[in-house]
Amino acid sequence: MTASISWQRRRAAAGRVWAQFSADRSGLTGLAILGVIVLLALLAPLISDSSALDVTKATGGLLKPPGGGFLLGTDENGRSVLQLLLWGSRISLLVGLTATLLSVGVGTVVGVLMAHFGGWVQAVLMRVTDFFLVLPSLVLAAVLSTVLSPGIGSIILAIGATAWPTTARLVRSQTLAVESRPYIERSWALGAGHLHVIGKHVLPAVLPLVFANTTLNVANSIITESTLSFLGVGDPNQPSWGQMLHNALQSGAVTAQAWWYLLPPGVAIGVVVLAFMMCGRALEAVLNPRLRER
Amino acid sequence: MTSPATAPALAEPSTSARRSGGARYVLGKVGGAVVSLFVVMVLGFFLFRVLPGDPIRLLTRNTSLGAAQVAELRHRYGLDLPLPAQFLDYMSKLLHGDMGDSLKFQQPVADLILQRLWPTVLLVGVATLLSILLGLWQGTRAGWRRGSGFDRFSTGFALTLWSAPTFWLGMILLALGGSLFPTQGILDPDTPASFLPQVADVLHHLVLPCLTLVAVLYAQYLLVMRSSLLEEMNADYLTTARAKGLRDDLVRSRHAVPNALLPTVTLIFIQLGFVVGGAVTVETVYSWPGLGLLLYQAITDHDGPLLQGLLLVLAGAVLVMNLIGDLLLRVIDPRVRAA
Repeated sequence: MTASISWQRRRAAAGRVWAQFSADRSGLTGLAILGVIVLLALLAPLISDSSALDVTKATGGLLKPPGGGFLLGTDENGRSVLQLLLWGSRISLLVGLTATLLSVGVGTVVGVLMAHFGGWVQAVLMRVTDFFLVLPSLVLAAVLSTVLSPGIGSIILAIGATAWPTTARLVRSQTLAVESRPYIERSWALGAGHLHVIGKHVLPAVLPLVFANTTLNVANSIITESTLSFLGVGDPNQPSWGQMLHNALQSGAVTAQAWWYLLPPGVAIGVVVLAFMMCGRALEAVLNPRLRER
Repeated sequence: MTSPATAPALAEPSTSARRSGGARYVLGKVGGAVVSLFVVMVLGFFLFRVLPGDPIRLLTRNTSLGAAQVAELRHRYGLDLPLPAQFLDYMSKLLHGDMGDSLKFQQPVADLILQRLWPTVLLVGVATLLSILLGLWQGTRAGWRRGSGFDRFSTGFALTLWSAPTFWLGMILLALGGSLFPTQGILDPDTPASFLPQVADVLHHLVLPCLTLVAVLYAQYLLVMRSSLLEEMNADYLTTARAKGLRDDLVRSRHAVPNALLPTVTLIFIQLGFVVGGAVTVETVYSWPGLGLLLYQAITDHDGPLLQGLLLVLAGAVLVMNLIGDLLLRVIDPRVRAA
């Protein structure tokens, strides 16, 4: 019976969060934009054919402006920029989301360990966190994904390995705040172990904020992914938006002022990043009590 | 900086105690930085030797070498030695400034990095300086008149530029301004060899890369200046200053701004890692012959030793600048000293 009560409470809490979130117009706009883009990315195999990415089957002229069946013109190989953009969204979103999950996962574990155990665990982990916080993460990620075999997996790993410190610090401070409350002491007094305190009390209290932070982090991961792909560590056979811009620079599309090739990937990155930030800000305002009071 | 808030605290500790506290602080920070530098060196070693892509595989990825030649290469780079021996060899060479030879350029990595250092220092230095000036000026105006049209416009504009990918902004600026300014390199070969024309040409080449970097960087300074000014807005000493009959401009420039500046000073140093990342992409777009372009070339050519050297130098530079920032903040902010 207790389980059903707690689930009722959780559902009510989720309802409250949604009510507050949907009152925030920019948050809703961001969510709507994301919904459309994710839907397009998921439906890409139905809307179009992946042979559109094959250089040998390209039908258009080389670097032609929009027109003649190509809504956004063609790239330097005669492929449709619109098709590239559509298929690129899959890679950009996939890498952005997976890398963020990885970095947030690592950051949460490190953060909880630091705050929960304190002492030398905290001293060591804090040093490591500060160390990674200071390092130029883009350089480290670029080196890492070059040393590993190039491709999407390496990029995900490289972003995950360099982006976790901010989450770790956030989770640490939040865990410290939670653990100083009396109900944790009560739990200890009743004989709870580390696993129980962390799993039943700390994580449920910390995770909502981590979730808001994740949404904001996706924006960063997508930017980093596009930058790494732009620097040429991506997989040429699986073009992301950053890879498109890499090809554009290499093929001289910039000096040719091929705006139909330059603008769409950049605008797409910008729109997705902005949408994630809008969602994240709105979520944070709902879930972070300190921001709510203002 | 003539802040009125530097009056001695009531329970001033004796001078000698404070000095030893200061020495401990400095030693702690320097020690931490030395440990971090050591970790960077170790990281550089392991990244290129233990991870699956070992240097020889990285080097021979696009070639078809026989097993004998690969073994030859292994011997030449000392990779047939046991790992601890390799590590000692690596460290002792590194401490003598020897970072090995670049595979692509066939030159010592240290020489290459030294050659490419100054263009990056010039680009990053000028861009940082300009973005600090622009950011502080706009941040002060925006924060002082919170919610005004200027505030909303400048903050929104800066945030938009900040969230755009740096390299894309660079490419757009290149496409737009390519007819007015040079877009490749740092110096035309046919510039007269005398001093003034050379300087003028370098500055001419600097315009677009610098503009790109400033566009991305200044938002941070604007936001931090704006928010720290907002925090000072309700402070009692501002009421006092107004009660003395000071004009609004003077209250702002003599009392509020000097105190609000402190967080910005730390930001300049903390942000350097971000600035380095921006410089890499901007230099790639404009073929600016600095460390960033060198990194791009090393990535493209899978040049292991060069990548390793660049990682060490860039990470080391950022660590050292952070240390300087920490020490400097202690000098200028009495509150940090008291803590």
